[in-house]
Amino acid sequence: MQRLILIAVPYTWLLALFLVPFLIVFKISLSDVELAIPPYTPTLSDGIVPFFKALDFENFAFLASDDLYWKAYLSSLRIALISTFLTLLVGYPMAYAMARAPEEWRPTLMMLVILPFWTSFLIRVYAWMGILSQEGFLNQFLLWTGLISEPLTILNTTTAVYIGIVYTYLPFMILPIFAALDRLDGSLIEAAEDLGCSRFQAFWLVTIPLSKNGIVAGSFLVFIPALGEFVIPSLLGGSGTLMIGKVLWEEFFNNRDWPVASAVAVILLLILIIPIVLFQRNQQRQAEAEQ
Amino acid sequence: MKRLSWFNTTSLTLGFAFLYLPMIILVIYSFNESKLVTVWAGFSTKWYGELLQNEAFLDAAWVTLKVAVLSSTLATVLGTMAAYVLVRGGRFMGRTVFSGMIYAPLVMPEVITGLSLLLLFIGIGLDRGVLTIVLAHTTFAMCYVSVVVSSRLLTFDRSLEEAALDLGCTGFEAFRLVTLPIIAPAVISGWLLAFTLSLDDLVIASFTAGPSATTLPIKIFSAVRLGVSPEINALSTLMIAIVTFGVISASLVSKRNSLRQQRDEQAAARAE
Amino acid sequence: MPESVFAPWNDASQKPLIRFRNVTKSFGDFTAIDDLTLDIYEQEFFALLGPSGCGKTTMMRMLAGFETPTSGVIELAGQDIAPVPPNKRAVNMMFQSYALFPHLSVYENIAFGLRRGNMPKQDIDDRVSEMLKLTRLEKFARRKPHQISGGQRQRVALARSLAKAPKLLLLDEPLGALDAKLRQATQFELMDIQEKTGTTFVIVTHDQEEAMTVASRVAVMDEGRIMQVATPEHIYEVPESVYVADFIGDVNIIKGAASPVGEQTYQIKWSKTAAPLNAVSDRPFSEGQSCHLAIRPEKVGIHADRPADADNAVQGTILDIAYLGNISTYHVELPGGQIVKAQTANTRRVSRRSFTWEDTVWLSWTATAGVLLAQ
Repeated sequence: MQRLILIAVPYTWLLALFLVPFLIVFKISLSDVELAIPPYTPTLSDGIVPFFKALDFENFAFLASDDLYWKAYLSSLRIALISTFLTLLVGYPMAYAMARAPEEWRPTLMMLVILPFWTSFLIRVYAWMGILSQEGFLNQFLLWTGLISEPLTILNTTTAVYIGIVYTYLPFMILPIFAALDRLDGSLIEAAEDLGCSRFQAFWLVTIPLSKNGIVAGSFLVFIPALGEFVIPSLLGGSGTLMIGKVLWEEFFNNRDWPVASAVAVILLLILIIPIVLFQRNQQRQAEAEQ
Repeated sequence: MKRLSWFNTTSLTLGFAFLYLPMIILVIYSFNESKLVTVWAGFSTKWYGELLQNEAFLDAAWVTLKVAVLSSTLATVLGTMAAYVLVRGGRFMGRTVFSGMIYAPLVMPEVITGLSLLLLFIGIGLDRGVLTIVLAHTTFAMCYVSVVVSSRLLTFDRSLEEAALDLGCTGFEAFRLVTLPIIAPAVISGWLLAFTLSLDDLVIASFTAGPSATTLPIKIFSAVRLGVSPEINALSTLMIAIVTFGVISASLVSKRNSLRQQRDEQAAARAE
Repeated sequence: MPESVFAPWNDASQKPLIRFRNVTKSFGDFTAIDDLTLDIYEQEFFALLGPSGCGKTTMMRMLAGFETPTSGVIELAGQDIAPVPPNKRAVNMMFQSYALFPHLSVYENIAFGLRRGNMPKQDIDDRVSEMLKLTRLEKFARRKPHQISGGQRQRVALARSLAKAPKLLLLDEPLGALDAKLRQATQFELMDIQEKTGTTFVIVTHDQEEAMTVASRVAVMDEGRIMQVATPEHIYEVPESVYVADFIGDVNIIKGAASPVGEQTYQIKWSKTAAPLNAVSDRPFSEGQSCHLAIRPEKVGIHADRPADADNAVQGTILDIAYLGNISTYHVELPGGQIVKAQTANTRRVSRRSFTWEDTVWLSWTATAGVLLAQ
């Protein structure tokens, strides 16, 4: 009896507030827009049979025909991929240096990496607005050093979005890589050097393969949320930065086209399923390897 | 341990500079006299004063706090239950669906979670306000809590629970008297995580908040869209200060506890 | 507790405290306990001995109530215990990991079980003090488990499981986490406490020495079945199978064919060239039946010349000598390749030792020294 309640309560909660809402999104993506409240048709009050008859894939056909959406999906994918790669470039050396740092420093270094994660996401993105703007600190600094003579336009470009994503998601990349490198037995490197590897060869042939799981996990942890990102492109990106999260938001709040917004959401989720499944597989393999 | 090589030192210095400089600049310029955020015109705390006069911000902060306390508490209860079911529940009908629903919200884009919840609330005719935000935040935060708590439960020595049963506890007593006190640190960090997630959330709150209830992130977002403002800098500084203080003191407390435990264990081993 | 007096298993009028009747327990395809029947009597110190995975822990967990038998019945004092949940059983368990509650003090750990009933506070206090005294932990009552040593933790676990005065105490590898020296001292302490409290103890262990030291009876288990249940002396001196003989202590096994020569005496043909061996056996063997002669190394004598009046004497060369300080074991190869171990006490200094490698020696033993086994 106790067990039943224990299972039923969180189960029901998630069914009602996670699964059912998602089914509603799916249903509305098959509906038509209408000037009413709610602004779509059909609803269940129309009766069961006409309800199902009125559902169609029109919205998806519309998404396929309008190249705005195609471009938005593709550009989201590209931005997410490139920024994941950039985050790896910044994150790996940091994780490596942390794992090599004296043991008594490591908890402090860990805390320093995690600390920004607890600070507001919005504030961290906002901090870059003041830095990247025309008269921002970066331009002031570069002008002062004489490297440039005209201020650069960085804010409201895709470059700013890259910087924003790398900055906000860096801890997600560092932590799994650090965890993998921290576990790495130092004598393995010594063994490799003893067997004739140079420092670089030992790094390439031993360290990198053994931290692969960390790299993969970190990359997915950046890539997956970056794909549906909304705050960063809308604050740092310009009108030229197309990202699907932003398109969905505008479709919903500005155009009030709920059926199309829902269809955008459904497609985004379909795209996300692949990396999510891959990520799960990687985590599972890692867990099995540890046993 | 060897000292760090110059390469490692450089990457740590640059990396942490990258992580912290933007926030440091933000903090410094919150004390700027000038309205122009990028020109330093002398030290002043006037923006903090103005912030405290700003009724709209204060109202939003109050709503945010209410939502965060309610939703994180609810999420902790539900998430701990869910973790217990996942780790100890054994087999039951729909277990795969259940674990799927626990993990999916972690990777679900916020725009989709927000949209779907909004459509649900409209569908069942629930007026948008504090209640709807609390429901939404509880739902995604409980998944984070259950991940934190279940990873602790996985390393929990099951024989402790069996010992409690063996000594006459009912299942619930064993949980209350043995399991819960031992996993309490994980439950507390789950609560803290849920709390910060709720404080932080813009996207889901934007979908589920009504005109009657605006949260601080929504307020900040609409202000920030118009550009950088010293008032927001002041607000950000306050938030950064609170978080920094919280995280540092939490880590000091846990460090002190683990040091004490280590010392006790060494003393006990020597006494043998 | 002199064994000659305490032997309820030989007394038909005694009712066993615990009865396993045709108990089988399977986990999926794996059979952990295979149609097992066993009686354990009140006040016994009963040891379940076997390699890991032999099912001994499963038996214990069924007694505690954490597993239910797939088929068969377990009775405690004549009552089927299957429907009784663990928290209602008059059985307590001492866990291998001790399972001390880390957030509670030693005192609170011991009081934990007592507080679950409606025992008055004063009585709880008295009982805990009694337990602290029994296990010599009075000084540590206020400490937390991580503030005491491994040996003290072991005693807290024991005190906690004894506090409720269970009819039956289960001990799962109770000394496994202690180092060798401490373990020996603790074995005697455990026997002492068992005697003082008069509780029935069932101990699970893979350490044969531990089982032999503490137990009134030992059950040797393998693959979910009981191979033999007997007193430690009996198990060692009169094993019923090669498995048991081999599992407990060191043994020489010589394979051969038996032929009866008189009442309970047999000749064993074990080699084409050598003379047959003589042995006495209660167990009947028919002419030509294949058999195994099991002889403990300490019962084999080693001599430079053929002993005159030995029942059995064989010649061989010394292959190896294992010097263990108090004793030495000689590995002697007989013609045909059979190796026999002989053990002697080192009553002289090493430099005066009489035999060395490659020496040709004679081994001898009496007809009653070995046990003749069918399998």
